[in-house]
Formats: sequence, structure tokens, C-alpha cells
Amino acid sequence: MTLGLINANPVVHAKKERVARNDDSHAEDAVDPLEIYDYVRDIRDPEHPYSLEQLSVLSEESITVDEKLGRILITFTPTIQHCSMATVIGLCLREKLKDCFPPHFKVDIKVAPGSHANEESVNKQLNDKERVAAALENPNLRQLVDECLYSSEL
Amino acid sequence: MNFADEIFELRELQRLEGHADRVWGLAWKPATGADGVPAVLASCSGDKTVRVWEQSPLTGSFQCKAVLEETHNRTVRSCAWSPSGKLLATASFDATTAIWEDIGGDFACISTLEGHENEVKSVSWNASGSLLATCGRDKSVWIWEVLPHNEFDCVSVLQGHTQDVKMVQWHPTMDILFSCSYDNTIKIWAEDGDNDDWHCVQTLNESNSGHTSTVWALSFNATGDKMVSCSDDLTIKIWGSDIMRMQSGDGNAPWKHLSTLSGYHDRTIFSVHWSRDGIIASGAADDAIRLFVESEDHLVDGPSYKLLLKKEKAHEMDVNAVQWSSMEVNRRLASASDDGTVKIWEFAASSAHKKLQL
Repeated sequence: MTLGLINANPVVHAKKERVARNDDSHAEDAVDPLEIYDYVRDIRDPEHPYSLEQLSVLSEESITVDEKLGRILITFTPTIQHCSMATVIGLCLREKLKDCFPPHFKVDIKVAPGSHANEESVNKQLNDKERVAAALENPNLRQLVDECLYSSEL
Repeated sequence: MNFADEIFELRELQRLEGHADRVWGLAWKPATGADGVPAVLASCSGDKTVRVWEQSPLTGSFQCKAVLEETHNRTVRSCAWSPSGKLLATASFDATTAIWEDIGGDFACISTLEGHENEVKSVSWNASGSLLATCGRDKSVWIWEVLPHNEFDCVSVLQGHTQDVKMVQWHPTMDILFSCSYDNTIKIWAEDGDNDDWHCVQTLNESNSGHTSTVWALSFNATGDKMVSCSDDLTIKIWGSDIMRMQSGDGNAPWKHLSTLSGYHDRTIFSVHWSRDGIIASGAADDAIRLFVESEDHLVDGPSYKLLLKKEKAHEMDVNAVQWSSMEVNRRLASASDDGTVKIWEFAASSAHKKLQL
């Protein structure tokens, strides 16, 4: 167990202005990366009372969608190279988005290239769905994830 | 069986609904589905239950005969029938493996195997039903001896994998155990003499043309001289061994890489199963089921395999498990998916498209 926070002094950014999104040219079930971003930008960081957007862990560019193939890629930037919360952030993203798309869509989550010391091993864990499922059944992790997802709704 | 002259199809016979969460695994009950005995299938799920489905002799459709619940308190990841069909083992993320007995239509949990430190991912019975193996995220493989009066004794805890062990599978005829892991390797375990001294006799890793990412499953052909494995590295690999040497107790019958099937899958392959008549089925994260057979073109340096058919959108979500029914008649395949359903398929020649014999 580490004592104290992993990253005690994160850089906090102002929240980007929200633009009202219109349902213009998109079909009912079209998957809009900006809509996905709206959904995840306010997830609270596991360690600090700020959102993933404020800590620049996520930005609009984080989300890419290939509608034809049905693939979504989310790339996030942990605040520091040795962030041990990277897998928790990944869990939060998956849990938040789990019922958001048509069932055949596949979601891949990765850390931004070069942003983490154990990039390959973190990415492998983030995308092993059996590990993700088991982690979300772990009451301690579940509680942490719920705090990150629901505290922003206060 | 000649696969060259005909066009085949995988026809959906039935869609079994009932599970409230993703279905992770399934197992056909041995000695059912022929000679007047209705086919029986077990499926296990993230809803913490196991369902047993039985085919009605009258209508031919499968009905849910039993729901095994209130035993596991987390996902049930894998299920396996003992060779006699009398017992069903279920492995769970709750770190236990439960053993169930069918007592006049009702399934009762007669034993619980504890020991793993965390999620148990797979369970397998040996050919005679005298041994059981389990594996899990704690990186270990456990071997249990089946004793009279429903007693199970742990005979060995095998360490060696450096990561989460995804599946264990006994060789179809010999007491040799195979395991595959998140550490990208396949390990082979055998007993030294007869004194419960189990150890790793071979590791199939990148240096022997092995997988470069998590190995999710493996399966043997009917004769047990070939094995197929599938991986997150998007390939399926075929391995072979000298069965005569294995049976002579040589102790040194190493497995060698024979073939790699790449370019057929673009998402993780979760399951492979080799049918008794040589068809390899794969279930993948692109919602498809693919069938492969050995190609008739015999190459100088070993067998080659070809794609026989691809069933796109077999399910609405990832296919987690595929298993051929062990009965020769009506080649049936069962599949399990994240969409919460189990599907029963029939593999047959597409009569409407039979090629003309010239």
C-alpha cells in the first residue's frame, strides 16, 4: 500500500466551455465521439477532486469512432508516468460507457503513446475483458469506481 | 471426410435465452445426444448461475431443465462434465470450484474446492475422471484427485506461469495437463512416476513459434497427436507431437509448432474446439464463428489449414466459447456469447449449392 497520493500535485486546467450539441444530421443510433466525450469528461479522478478533463487526462481528441467497423478507441493520458491509477481510470471509462452504444460496438482503451512507463502492460490489462469483469466484481475496486462516476453528479 | 467438393453452412437451430448476463462457457454432457438419450448442455454466466439445457425428444428444441444458483457469489467462468456425465464442475471468480451431482433431475452441490487465492478461470477432468485440474488469476494450476464418497483431495499446486492462467485442459487419452496463460505461453505438466510429483515438462513460448499475447484456449484432435491454440495475438496455432513416443512413456515427446493461421481474425480469439472429424471451430471478439480444416494440399514441411467457412454476426456480441457436440451424428456446435445467449448450430452440406460432379 502506498502512503499518500501517487501524484500529490497534479496540474489542473479550466473546464472547457460546453457547446450545446444538436441532433442535426446524425441518425438515431449514430455514435458521435463528442457525445461520448461529454459522457466521460466529468468522471472524477480516483485521487483528486477534479475531473479527468480538468486534469487533461481526457480531451475531445481522446475519442475516435469508426462507425463502419463499429470500433471506438479511447486514449487517455495519466497525469504521471508511473500512475498506478491508470487501470482504475480504464475501469471507470468502461463502466460509464457500458450501455451507451449498440451491442456490436467494440471499445478499446489505451494510454496515450509515451505517457506511461509500463504502457504495453497497462494497455494489455485495460483490454482483457475477463480481467475487467473480475475487477468490477471486486467490492473495493467497485466502490472506488462508483465514487469516480457518481461524485461528479453532486 | 472430404471437404473439397461441397459447400457447407452453419445453420442456426436454436437460440437459448435465460441468462441475465454474458455467457462465458458451455459444455456438452458426454454420452447424450444419441441412442435415444436426449442431448444435454450446461452453460455458465456472469449472472452467477449455471443453466442445464435438455433437448426434447419430441420437438427437438432445447429447454432449460435446471438453474444452478445460490452457490457461487460471483461470475461462473467455466463448467465441465465428468467423463461419465455424473458430475458437473463449475469454476468461479469467487475463488471456488463447485462439484454438482444430478440427483433425479435436481442438481445438488456436493462439494466445494477451495484453495485458489482469487478468480478460478477453468476446470477440466482427465479422460478417466480420476483427476480434476483448475487454474486462475493467482498464476497457479491445481490438480485434485477424485476420491470415493465425493471427496476431492488436492495433490499438487503447480507454479510456473508468471501471469493469470486462462485455461487448463487434460490430454484426451493420457494424464498430461496443458495450461495456457496471460503470460503468452502454453505449459505442459506431467507426473514423474506415480507419486504425485507433477512438474512442467515443456513450455511453448515465443521462442518455439508460440503466441505473442495472451493464450485464451486450446483443444486437441481426436487422436491426441495435435493441439490447436488461440490467442489475443489474433492467430490460431497448430501443434503436434509424436503420439507413439508419448504413449511409450518415453517422457520426452515434445510438442512442436506445425502451423500458424493468421490474417483470419482481427479481434481476440477466445475459444477453439477441434471436432472428432477434424473441423476446428473458433469463437472471437468480432462476433463471428469460423471453421477450419486441414488442407488437402500437402506441403513438404507439414500440414496446412484452410478456412472452411466464416459465420459473421453469429452473435450480437463477442463469442466466448464454442464446442462441438461429441456425438458423431448431426454435427452440432454450441456457442456462448456476451449477448447472454447460447446458440445451437448444425454444420451440414448446403444441399442447394452442391457442386456438380464433373
